[in-house]
Amino acid sequence: MTIKPIGPSVRKGKTPNPRPFPNSYAVGVALGVVLFLAVFITGGGLGASGALQNVWAWFERLIAPHHVDTNIYLVKYAGGEAQPLTATIVALGIGVVIGGFLSGLFGRRVYTEIVKGPAISPRTRLLFATLGGILVGFGARFARGCTSSQGLSGSALLSVGSWAFMMAFFAGAFAVSPFIKKLWND
Amino acid sequence: MPAPFDLTSTFSQAGIYAVYVLVGAGFGAALEQSGFGRSTKLAAQFYFKDFAMFKVMFTAVITAMVLVFGASALGLLDYRAVYVNETYLWPIIIGGFTLGIGFLVGGLCPGTSLVGASTLKIDAMFFVGGATIGIFVFGETVPYFMDFWTQSYLGRLTVPDWLGLPTGVVVLLIVLMALFMFWGAERIDHKVNGEDPKDAPRARYAAAGGLVLLALVVLAIGQPGTDEYWDAIAGEEQARLDNREVQIHSGELLELMDNGRINLIMLDVRPERDYNQFHIRSARHVPPTRADVEAIVPDLEHVHPQTVIVAMSNDEDLATMAYKTLLANNVINTYILEDGVNGWIEIFGEDAEPRPTKYPEQPSFVFEAALGDRCVASDPDSHEFHLEFESKVELKVAAGPAGGGCG
Repeated sequence: MTIKPIGPSVRKGKTPNPRPFPNSYAVGVALGVVLFLAVFITGGGLGASGALQNVWAWFERLIAPHHVDTNIYLVKYAGGEAQPLTATIVALGIGVVIGGFLSGLFGRRVYTEIVKGPAISPRTRLLFATLGGILVGFGARFARGCTSSQGLSGSALLSVGSWAFMMAFFAGAFAVSPFIKKLWND
Repeated sequence: MPAPFDLTSTFSQAGIYAVYVLVGAGFGAALEQSGFGRSTKLAAQFYFKDFAMFKVMFTAVITAMVLVFGASALGLLDYRAVYVNETYLWPIIIGGFTLGIGFLVGGLCPGTSLVGASTLKIDAMFFVGGATIGIFVFGETVPYFMDFWTQSYLGRLTVPDWLGLPTGVVVLLIVLMALFMFWGAERIDHKVNGEDPKDAPRARYAAAGGLVLLALVVLAIGQPGTDEYWDAIAGEEQARLDNREVQIHSGELLELMDNGRINLIMLDVRPERDYNQFHIRSARHVPPTRADVEAIVPDLEHVHPQTVIVAMSNDEDLATMAYKTLLANNVINTYILEDGVNGWIEIFGEDAEPRPTKYPEQPSFVFEAALGDRCVASDPDSHEFHLEFESKVELKVAAGPAGGGCG
């Protein structure tokens, strides 16, 4: 299975020519300013997994409204009169997709690709992407926030739980790293 | 009014939505420019081959932190009104650990997978699908472990509160810690990955110096406390005090004590000796200093919305001090007992001996023993008294952000 690079950033028959990424510290300062503005304007930090949660809860209600109304967790998102799609966290998620796309256009990086380590097949990569996604989705809801909300925003706002989250997050990733070297290395 | 702003008063629903889309777009663009739409770049962090994730993340954390607490120190931003992720310690640790494992297995996290998908990375799209499955599984299973998921709740616990250090000290320490870790990351880049530190822009030293300087400024100014908070609301609130809009009659307090639909919290801010002599039944003793009143603020933050708080002292001086302290710290629905405990005993204390007072805040009655609340006047029967008074209690609803982030 191979994927041809097609998309707005690559001309037909040509190989992609993405711009190099800018300096990490410079991007970090920019991200910090965005986070500060989010806090200053909206009174809350950034987030991403909540958008998926709301959209999913909306979808689940379409299929099984009674089930959503009787689930102690889901009812908060989509029970009764709740409007999961107009929640501000969903707007934030839509913004992330728009901003990512525009920034990708500028960097000539919008084209189809399976990003993977050199030693594995595209099929393996997609399998593990899905598997990792499942763990991340579950873990993010369990921790009441993902790397954006608990990690980035909560740490900057000095939440004790968020710093515990950061340590647990790095511990989890480093704990598993020796066993899945092949996924990312030669 | 300092930030954060009440967006609902300025914007329509669509306008608010647009503000969040713009903020999200800034976030998405920053993540994309970091290269975080590419799983390989993120995963390389955990094999010490590329420290971009680490550098971007902690630079963003310390930049935002210094700006937030700088704005707070200058009175531009009310940190108390900002949503700070609440701490459920064990669920966070277990969820974070699981997320860390999944992060390296899948190479992305929710935010970066959205960015990857927006630039047509197929693996990121599969990751988003997987994350949705994980969210589905969580939603379906969490009712079975709700007890665990809601345990070890520590509320809005912040690092300065937890360590008992001033915010400025914590901010400075975190900035220095991050800079030290960047230095370590660059050493590894140099030794293991053969990168020449001279290739990195020199401007990063200026940026590091700037952050340390800002942290020092935050430390020097200090965060606002009760005095500054009171000054900010004094214009309106002092007038309410002077017009005696918040001093409630003993009769109204008695009515509140009998009202089953009101959660009444009585705070007795007198010296302990006076409290032991006599106090109203179920009044909580709080030592009569501002620090002691500030210490109970966290207990009053998550009370039932139908809560009324009444501060009392022998007359009104110490109760007014407590009232101002609570109000300055955003505790709403607080009142003062008019004429204090002395006034209360004058109405309800049939057996108490009056005695003359020379100074403010002296008890004006003598009891034969330290009766505490074992006395009729501690819990009078409202049917026996027919008092005329003006009702002043009006319940208000707390303002401020209900949630944020991934909520």
